[in-house]
Amino acid sequence: MDLTLKIWRQKDKNSAGQLVTYPLNGISPDMSFLEMLDVLNEELLVKGEEPVAFDHDCREGICGMCSLFINGRAHGPERGTTTCQLHMRHFKHGDTITIEPWRAAAFPVHKDLIVDRSAFDRIQQAGGYVSVNTGGVPDANEIPIPKTIADKAFDAATCIGCGACVAACKNASAMLFVSAKVSQLAMLPQGKVEAKTRVENMVAQMDVEGFGACSNTGACAAECPVGISLDNIAMMNREYLGAKASSENV
Amino acid sequence: MILDSKIPEGALAEKWDKHKFNVKLVNPANKRKYDIIVVGTGLAGASAAATLGELGYNVKAFCFQDSPRRAHSIAAQGGINAAKNYQNDGDSIFRLFYDTIKGGDYRAREANVYRLAQVSVNIIDQCVAQGVPFAREYGGLLANRSFGGAQVSRTFYARGQTGQQLLLGAYSALNRQIAYGKVKMYPRTEMLDLVMVDGKARGIVVRNLITGKIESHSAHAVVLATGGYGNVFFLSTNAMGSNATAAWRAHKKGALFANPCFTQIHPTCIPVSGDYQSKLTLMSESLRNDGRVWVPKTVELAQRLRKGEIKINDIKEEDRDYYLERKYPAFGNLVPRDVASRNAKLVCDEGRGVGASGLAVFLDFADAIKREGQPAIAAKYGNLFEMYAKITDENPYESPMRIYPAVHYTMGGLWVDYNLMTNIPGLYATGECNFSDHGANRLGASALMQGLADGYFVIPYTIGDYLAQTPYAKVSTEHPAFKEAEQNVKAITDRLLSIKGNRTVDDFHKALGQIMWDYCGMARNAEGLQFAKQEIRKLRDEFWQNVKVTGVNEELNQTLEKAHRVADFLELGELMVDDALNRNESCGGHFREEYQTPENEALRDDENYAYVAAWEYTGPGNQAILHKEDLKFENVKLTQRSYK
Amino acid sequence: MNWFTKTFSSTIGRKIIMSVTGLFLCSFLVVHLVGNLTLFYRDGGEAFNIYSHFMANNPVIRTMEIVLVLGFLFHIYDAIVLTRRNKAARPVGYAENHPQENSTWSSRNMGLLGTIILVFLLVHLWNFFVPARFGELEGVPNAEYTNLYAEVVKAFKNPIYVGLYVISMIALAYHLIHGFQSAFQSLGLTHKKYTPFIKTFGVAFSVLISLGFALIPLYFFFFVNL
Repeated sequence: MDLTLKIWRQKDKNSAGQLVTYPLNGISPDMSFLEMLDVLNEELLVKGEEPVAFDHDCREGICGMCSLFINGRAHGPERGTTTCQLHMRHFKHGDTITIEPWRAAAFPVHKDLIVDRSAFDRIQQAGGYVSVNTGGVPDANEIPIPKTIADKAFDAATCIGCGACVAACKNASAMLFVSAKVSQLAMLPQGKVEAKTRVENMVAQMDVEGFGACSNTGACAAECPVGISLDNIAMMNREYLGAKASSENV
Repeated sequence: MILDSKIPEGALAEKWDKHKFNVKLVNPANKRKYDIIVVGTGLAGASAAATLGELGYNVKAFCFQDSPRRAHSIAAQGGINAAKNYQNDGDSIFRLFYDTIKGGDYRAREANVYRLAQVSVNIIDQCVAQGVPFAREYGGLLANRSFGGAQVSRTFYARGQTGQQLLLGAYSALNRQIAYGKVKMYPRTEMLDLVMVDGKARGIVVRNLITGKIESHSAHAVVLATGGYGNVFFLSTNAMGSNATAAWRAHKKGALFANPCFTQIHPTCIPVSGDYQSKLTLMSESLRNDGRVWVPKTVELAQRLRKGEIKINDIKEEDRDYYLERKYPAFGNLVPRDVASRNAKLVCDEGRGVGASGLAVFLDFADAIKREGQPAIAAKYGNLFEMYAKITDENPYESPMRIYPAVHYTMGGLWVDYNLMTNIPGLYATGECNFSDHGANRLGASALMQGLADGYFVIPYTIGDYLAQTPYAKVSTEHPAFKEAEQNVKAITDRLLSIKGNRTVDDFHKALGQIMWDYCGMARNAEGLQFAKQEIRKLRDEFWQNVKVTGVNEELNQTLEKAHRVADFLELGELMVDDALNRNESCGGHFREEYQTPENEALRDDENYAYVAAWEYTGPGNQAILHKEDLKFENVKLTQRSYK
Repeated sequence: MNWFTKTFSSTIGRKIIMSVTGLFLCSFLVVHLVGNLTLFYRDGGEAFNIYSHFMANNPVIRTMEIVLVLGFLFHIYDAIVLTRRNKAARPVGYAENHPQENSTWSSRNMGLLGTIILVFLLVHLWNFFVPARFGELEGVPNAEYTNLYAEVVKAFKNPIYVGLYVISMIALAYHLIHGFQSAFQSLGLTHKKYTPFIKTFGVAFSVLISLGFALIPLYFFFFVNL
């Protein structure tokens, strides 16, 4: 099929960018979206033009490196799908496809479609862990965890950190991302020990990074490629209020 | 060069404990005087960086991805082995050791593998303490499943995303050390050279992938945890960015590269759909617990199916050949990966393959769904089925999956001794980056185990032994050795940018991959390998004359990044071929067509080839020199592997 | 900043204030509507005037009035602070965006709906509260109270006012449809068992309250003659 692509091109962080139009022909419906961009880049290279820079790595939907705001949707039109798992069969011959980077003050553009998501790492560094050193831990089966709790914690733990929640949210809020880790660890006995400090610190860092607040629109969960639930945000709010009311940190 | 594996004396089961007692220790107050560089933040790298930071060393960690959490360990699906024997089904440390040695077709070191089995139990404890949500039973205790190459259930798992959960656990430990200031993290930074001072590894040269700036980092020791080199084949289950550059540049500085031809071809991947294909997607081996592998019994039926004259359901039960169950009744569909892959190739070579290309076999869940019901199967494999449906647009609950083998893991890697140190003092290699534990074939759910064993429980001990004997004095990055390495990197970069040829980097990479797959893939022979060697040399020459790299160094330049990596693959590919050519036997993932049993099984030659082939770099275009480390087997009897 | 101000100046803290004040304002709506139902009494406004007299003079109500004003002020102030923060969180927007695929219109436009309600509120206060409290309403013969009812009748004969009131109540309905359940989410009061009920109740509440208020001007415009 033949397509028209409108792609955000931007030289670097400090330059202004713009949408540039590229025609692209002979695309197979079985291609993945990123393979389609590979084809475009090979064409651009052959013409001696600079290929489009975009983040990607595992191409199997798990590493969270790929991003892209495609036709007004984070990771494109298919629900529960990362861009690398989006296939061209979901587009039609003659379509115009607009491709933009994630937009958020906390995610500045490095180049073209590549953004800086290190804010996410800094939030995790603020408390997204259980403080245990290697060694000296109890036997794994000494901490029985009800299956229902383990499953719920797992659901939260599947977050791939891609940033689609921020990209889709009208406020560029990172609440879904932060809450996934907060609630995963708050549910598990291992994480409960330092749950209060964790939620306080992670939320504080989230605010420092300049993400917006949560308006409970649900856009984040709707666009999340791995289906992280809004329940996590509620749980984080609960944890936060409880922690603020009762923690030792004044 | 004499390769000293430094395996401790004594009984197998006591070696590691004795060794831990005998190694020199660095006093806690002195640890902060030592700097350690860790390259790569997958399971092996993140766990090492975190643990070394906890111990008090100053760690600098590097990854080329935008965050340490993206390392390709994240994509491991099936699980992680540990000899916990929670299932009371006869597992033990010795059994895990034995299965791993046997699964590796007796080409791994006994002592290393035994240690791996020993620390496997600690890994599970550690991960659970970190909050890794492993699968659990209703009673709240951990669940296990069985995996290829084993007859016990010892695999711990987190749905089909075990690697992700383990990596996020290690990432969280790493984050904690970053927050404490014990680890300094450098994401989007790629190592492009190793720096040696007085014969010891003392630092690295890196390229900042955002600004293009070439920078030096000095340390007392360097740990490479940079993963495998499966992307030599272009199409593999590796991530697009997975590369051998750090390991290869260390090799060019003198580190020996061991068993490069030992490549694992994973039997259950989604088949290639077109020449635009950029990577292959693995479907977890755990699917073979419930899926049955088959092809039509006759070539004629297969042909009619491929042409669409008949449908899958038109093939009667008696016309289906469940060839793994037929040939290996004891293990059935759960034979090791190399055996499953080779048999898939065999039936497809016979013309009985399915799918448009004929390069696929069926993995059928109809019986399992009938037996356990769709919800039970969905609970076990739901995310894998979904992934399959997304990629192929077919519903695996209704029609069987089509699968074909694909390059997945490389058992070979930098040669290391028992301490995981390469032959360069102060340079360590952990995880898939080294060669040490899997012999000629890795068992399922063992890669995660090895990565974490190396990082959490081995290197923290062994690196102390080396550092305790190293003076505190730091080497300045102004040292001529650093400047020379920086110049070297700049020279390669300048050369790549100045060629301005006509052929793209990907084009070269694909051509190399095709040569490797055709001649150094699932089956190899001397003639083909010799041909491949010439072809690779030709391709490499053309690369350096005709490659097209746009842009400049001082920017985010993904084409330049790839060019560096492919330049190294073009050299590594030849070494793989050399190694395959040298090893006149078949073992594990290395199948030389000349050496097979009448039943088409791999025929080892223990008399002449029970050694580790460690190759020394001798300059551009020169023939590498082979060094042998003989493998001694004192605790297992070498037998023809049988899974019948 | 001490822990208290830190807590309530965080994004979550501000959302908690939005939720608590929002739910409090919902309770006010209930009381206000119940009181206003006296307008439907066909007694020439006697019940309503007694009721409004009570509201204007009872010390408890007068105290609550201050709380109510504070509730509004906090709700509005935090809404402004959060909106500004949210705008700043995305300085460059998308060239193409289809948020309707992932969220409801009302959830994305709470600020707009709130502003409409605020404008309404000011007009409403000007219409009734100011004259009742500070103005010179005509008295009711033989009674201690003034005739606010007459003001109501007068105002709702004006089609512009009626239109404004009805439109504002539609805005209120949408504001509440999102806001009611959203408040529980922000406070972390969610549970598999109760959340579906809260959501259904929230919609019913929003529609009934807004409908109740909207009926008043319509009733006077169409059915009450001076």
